[in-house]
Amino acid sequence: MSDLTEQWRERVRAAAAAGTALQVRGGGTKDFYGRNPVGEVFDTRGHAGVVSYEPTELVATVRAGTPLAELEALVAGRGQMLAFEPPHFGAGATVGGCVATGLSGPRRATAGALRDFVLGVRILDGRGEVLSFGGQVMKNVAGYDVSRVIAGSLGTLGVILDVSLKVLPRPVAETTLRFAIGEKEAIDRLNDWGGQPLPVSASAWADGALHLRLSGAEAAVVAAERKLGGDVLADDAAAALWQGIREQEDGFCAEAAPGEVLWRLSLPSSAAPVKLPGKQLIEWGGAVRWLRSDAPAATIRERVAALGGHATAFRGFDRAGDVFQPLPAPVMAIQRRLKQAFDPAGILNPGRLYDGI
Amino acid sequence: MNIAADPVVLGEQEADFSSVDKARVVEALAKVLPAGALMYDAEDLRPYECDGLSAYRQMPMVVALPTTEEQVVAVLKVCSGMGVPVVARGAGTGLSGGALPHKFGVVLSLARFNRILHLDPHARTAVVQPGVRNLAISEAASPHGLYYAPDPSSQIACTIGGNVAENSGGVHCLKYGLTVHNVLRVRGVTIDGEIVEIGNHGLDAPGYDLLALVIGSEGMLAVVTEVTVKLTPKPQLAQCVLAAFDDVIKAGEAVAEIIAAGIIPAGLEMMDQPATAAVEQFVHAGYPLDAKAILLCESDGTPEEVAEEIERVRAVLEASGATEIRVSRDEAERMKFWAGRKAAFPAAGRISPDYYCMDGTIPRKRLGEMLEAIQEMEGKHGLRCINVFHAGDGNLHPLILFDANQEGELERAEAFGADILELSVALGGTITGEHGVGIEKINQMCSQFTRPELAMFFRVKGAFDPGGLLNPGKAIPTLNRCAEYGRMRVSNGHVPYPDIPRF
Repeated sequence: MSDLTEQWRERVRAAAAAGTALQVRGGGTKDFYGRNPVGEVFDTRGHAGVVSYEPTELVATVRAGTPLAELEALVAGRGQMLAFEPPHFGAGATVGGCVATGLSGPRRATAGALRDFVLGVRILDGRGEVLSFGGQVMKNVAGYDVSRVIAGSLGTLGVILDVSLKVLPRPVAETTLRFAIGEKEAIDRLNDWGGQPLPVSASAWADGALHLRLSGAEAAVVAAERKLGGDVLADDAAAALWQGIREQEDGFCAEAAPGEVLWRLSLPSSAAPVKLPGKQLIEWGGAVRWLRSDAPAATIRERVAALGGHATAFRGFDRAGDVFQPLPAPVMAIQRRLKQAFDPAGILNPGRLYDGI
Repeated sequence: MNIAADPVVLGEQEADFSSVDKARVVEALAKVLPAGALMYDAEDLRPYECDGLSAYRQMPMVVALPTTEEQVVAVLKVCSGMGVPVVARGAGTGLSGGALPHKFGVVLSLARFNRILHLDPHARTAVVQPGVRNLAISEAASPHGLYYAPDPSSQIACTIGGNVAENSGGVHCLKYGLTVHNVLRVRGVTIDGEIVEIGNHGLDAPGYDLLALVIGSEGMLAVVTEVTVKLTPKPQLAQCVLAAFDDVIKAGEAVAEIIAAGIIPAGLEMMDQPATAAVEQFVHAGYPLDAKAILLCESDGTPEEVAEEIERVRAVLEASGATEIRVSRDEAERMKFWAGRKAAFPAAGRISPDYYCMDGTIPRKRLGEMLEAIQEMEGKHGLRCINVFHAGDGNLHPLILFDANQEGELERAEAFGADILELSVALGGTITGEHGVGIEKINQMCSQFTRPELAMFFRVKGAFDPGGLLNPGKAIPTLNRCAEYGRMRVSNGHVPYPDIPRF
């Protein structure tokens, strides 16, 4: 529990003056993500601790270095959760790293993404100014919504000091169903179900099996289970399944062959099967298709763009090049100017998102 | 001075556009717009002089009514080339003066962009033009068992483009989210006439989350020409609980207890006794008039789910000391419960010549303090105030009653409002939950943000609009304005200003 705001401010100011690149880093569990990290390591774990947690306000405010597991345990103690189910990707993940990478887990398609739960942030920009955006309330339209932009910005706009996250009650009941169906049928069914008032909270298709998690009021889960059919998984098997998918420790990721890249394809949920070489895990009601493949990046990006989505080289890729889908020139120009606005000296995680950003 | 070189210079003081030459602008726009799409005579401009905040009026120089994206691009290129301010406008229902025209500027009305381009029930998305009315989307989606969830009270008239500009909410946003949670993509045009697509039909987009910036940006970053919204399955059933309390603090505590019990109701609204009395004589909803506060708590979902939740809500309300609890027995009764709450604004208009609606949001636990403070302020400013709240998310709509024809009452109402907003900030909240800053709350922005934060907002604007031509003078106050207003947050962590009472 310590507040290192002042020390950090001095360090960022000195780095800006000297033009020293800083690699802002928490537990390092997501070092693999994005383009190559460069610069002096700026360890955020010292600035840790829960600033406030108000279960009845559905808000927790914590310092960036707070272990993600600590925050999750804290809110679980009051029957609440981070509804976006962020992946840890290893022991020691911090809340700051979680917000900076902006990654969400299995519940995202129905509960919302990490950025949807960010209510406010306090950051140090690249000049070493302490800035607060958003707040601790659910509705706030004063000024541009900068806190949601910080989510997923990979530390390139500012060093996160504290973040306020909305939390939600844990569902009372939960059950997981299994259906033996093919890819096309799984995509169709997931979209059909998405249009009905069903308490779906996660989905995963791989190897001819679709798993569907239902969460909510007891009555709603029971009614949906009766309506949908399928085989019910035992609770511990279901918990292990979703944990494995969330943390990429399930068979799909563990079996990756040398030379294979793990691609994350973000698509309209109803997009047709991608028909790319490799193995797939489909999540988020069809909106995310994980692909283990040795196909050329250009082939994958072209196909995904044609389907209306974008592709991220998630693991196992040459990180000197583009990891994220290249952007059209006018949008890229705005992104560059935003980076310039927050970090004029270009010292914060430079190049982690795109070349020069 | 080359203001484009450093957008922060732009944030120091209001830019001066008085050298804009109307005749030259009209001539240039006439070349890119068809007949009937350009207006510049006083009688044609009159309907555009204000939006839903009619206390502020300003005649625009020119109104452009394009029908195609190419025309929007052309208008923006003309304006950026000639240094002319542009104010985008939807239905003009906004409550903070966001669409108030600029004296030397063009009002760019998107009213003719009124088509639903594509509705995909399987993917649960709709691609619509910005001038489509909020409710029209739900109506079009209804045959497929779907709807567009954000439901601002003006949904019959307000447009999706305006909703994007303001990040509009509604009574159901505690459970279903705001505009930012329900829009997947916008297509728009920058001031330079570049077409940009922000977000996409998947659940995320690469790079910085520009969608979050554009939504709620009050027309300051780009002009939206197309919006993709997410559609939500309609719940099978909705039921509403009405609870009466003999004390507003108890009612506020009941709200916290509902949340603490792990319930996220579809709607959770509160009205104080004067508000209840005002609406009751107007709509005869059957509200208990002796209650100091009433709560409306809605549950939706499958019939089994609703039955389960209503029982849990009832138990919490009983334990919280509700003096009376009614559960709607059918749709007609549910609508009756809501009729009063939804009539609060017109009811205020009936009992008072004018009213001024506030929009602060505070942590729910400070509700009691706020209500007591508002009572004191009624004495201080010599005006009455009735209170309706989106209690579930802490969003307050105090309605300050006044008569603009009485000398000094408008000024007193504004001072009263400023006190409420500044107290909202002091209690850990915000000056605006869903109505936007616009021109109305621009001074209070000086209380909520520090100088470096305001400077950063100008830099963010500069990343989209380096010349500062889109809706200048709105939403983000210049540093000069804050200096004149005399209030500026010194820095984070310090008490913002000691002259605000704390209790």
